[in-house]
Amino acid sequence: MSYVTETLVAAQPAPPPPPKAWAAARISGTLLMLFWIAALAGLVFYLYTAWDIDKIERYGPKFLSGLQTTLTLVGISIALGAVLSLPVTLGRMSKNPVIGGLAFAYVYIFRGTPLIAQLFLIYYGLGSFREQLQAVGLWVFFRDAWNCALFAFTLNTAAYQAEILRGAIDSVPRGQWEGAEALGLNRIQTFWKIILPQALIVALRPYGNEIILMIKGSAIVALVTVFDLMGETRRAFSRTYDFQAYIWAAVFYFVMVEALRIVWERLEARLTRHLKR
Amino acid sequence: MDSYLTLLSFGDQGWSDEIAWGVLVTVTLALATLPVGLFIGFMIALGKQSEERSLRTAADIYTTIFRGLPELLTLFIVYYGLQIGIQLILKLVGLQGAIEINSFVAGVISLALVFSSYASEVFLSAFRAIPKGQYEGGYALGLRHGTVMKKIVLPQLIRIALPGLGNLWMILLKDTALVSAIGLTDILRQTGIAARVTKEAFLFFGIAFILYLVLALISSIALNRLEAQGKRGEQRQ
Repeated sequence: MSYVTETLVAAQPAPPPPPKAWAAARISGTLLMLFWIAALAGLVFYLYTAWDIDKIERYGPKFLSGLQTTLTLVGISIALGAVLSLPVTLGRMSKNPVIGGLAFAYVYIFRGTPLIAQLFLIYYGLGSFREQLQAVGLWVFFRDAWNCALFAFTLNTAAYQAEILRGAIDSVPRGQWEGAEALGLNRIQTFWKIILPQALIVALRPYGNEIILMIKGSAIVALVTVFDLMGETRRAFSRTYDFQAYIWAAVFYFVMVEALRIVWERLEARLTRHLKR
Repeated sequence: MDSYLTLLSFGDQGWSDEIAWGVLVTVTLALATLPVGLFIGFMIALGKQSEERSLRTAADIYTTIFRGLPELLTLFIVYYGLQIGIQLILKLVGLQGAIEINSFVAGVISLALVFSSYASEVFLSAFRAIPKGQYEGGYALGLRHGTVMKKIVLPQLIRIALPGLGNLWMILLKDTALVSAIGLTDILRQTGIAARVTKEAFLFFGIAFILYLVLALISSIALNRLEAQGKRGEQRQ
C-alpha cells in the first residue's frame, strides 16, 4: 500500500456503467422486433377483416377433417415404420455383407430421393402394373391414393428411423455389452434389457424431429388427391380464391408442430431426469 | 423394348431432352438457392448469438416460423401471397393488371427461407464450438472485430459447419422436387408430363427417382471430398 492510496484518496466506488449505446445491433434488433410485431398485428387484422361466417361454416369442418386425415396418416405410418425399421436396423448392423449391403441400399435409396418422387412412383407408377397387381389381388390396395401415401410414408420413415436407431445403438458403449456378458446374460436379454433402453433415450430427440418432419412432409399427399389439411386448403382456395385458406393452414400446421415440440421437450426432460444432477 | 428406346431418345419422339432440361432446372434451382440461404442463415446465426436480446428473439422467431411450416405450404404462400401482395400494392399506386410472379423466383425465395432457418442452427452450433480464446487472441494481436471474424473465426467455422451444411444441401436438393407443384419444369414435372402423355408412368417416374438418386450420390461424393479437404490440416493418426 502506497502513501497515495492510503492517506490521500479514500476508496472509491466503481464508476457507474456507461449508458447502453444504441449500437447497430440494438437498432437492427429493435427494428426486426417491430417488424415481427407489425407482421403479427397485420396477420390478426387480415384474418379479422377476412372473417366470413359463411366460409368458416362451410370450410371449417373440412379443415378439421383434413387435420384428422393428416394426423391419422402420420400416426399410422410412424408406427408401422417403427416396426419395419427394426429388421432394417438389424440388417444394417449385421456382419453378413449381403444383408448389410441390402439394408444399406434400402436406407440410402429412401433417404437419397425426395418423398414426393417416391409417392409419385408408387401412386402413378404402380398403375402401369395394374393387370399383374389385379392378378395378385393387391390392386384394391394400391388403387387408393390414401393407401399409396401410407405405403410410401411407411417405407420412407422406416429408412430414417432405422438410421436413428442404429446411431443410438452404436452410441451405447461397448462396456455395456461386456458387462452384461460378464453377468451371464445372453445377447437377446442384453439387447432388450440393457442396450435398447439406453439407446432409446439417445434416440428420443431425433425421433421427435422425425415425427415433425413427417407432419410437414405429409402435406405433399395433397398432390395425389388425398384431402388432408393441405388438400382441403387447396380445395378451399381453388373454390373461393381467398388467400386466408393458406394462412389458416399455416396456423394449423404451426400450432401442431410447436405443440409436438413442446410436449416432446417435456417428455425428454421427464425421461432423462435421472441423468441430470 | 424398341419402343422404350424411342421414348428415351433425344428428339421429337423421345423425352430425354425434356428430362435433361428438368435436371438442369433442378440443379440450377438448388445452386441458386444455396448462396442466398447460406447468407441469410449466417446472418440469423449472428443475430442468435448477439448480446442484444431483441436481436436474439427476432432471429429465434424467424427460425421457429420457417421450421414449423411444411415446405410445400411455404412455397404456396410465397407464390400466391407475393402475387396477391404485389397486386394490392399496384392497386394502391393506381396501376391495374394481373401480375404473375416467376415460379423460379418463388422457388428460390421459399427454399432459401427454409434452408436458412436450418442453416442458422448449424452455424450457431459451429460458432459455439469455437473457443473464446480464439477471439481474445485475435484482439490481443490488435486485430479489429471484422478482421478477427474474417481471418480467424470464419475459416474454422466453415470447417466445423461443413458436415451439417452438407446434410442441408441434400435436403435442399430433395425439396426442389416440390416446385413442380407450382409449375416449374424440374425433373419431376417433366417426367410427370412424359408419364401422362405416354402412359408409361412407372418408366418415367422410375427415371425421376434414379436421377434424384444420382444427384444425391454425386453430392455425397463431392461433399466427402470437401470435408477431406477441410480436414487436411488436422493431425493424422
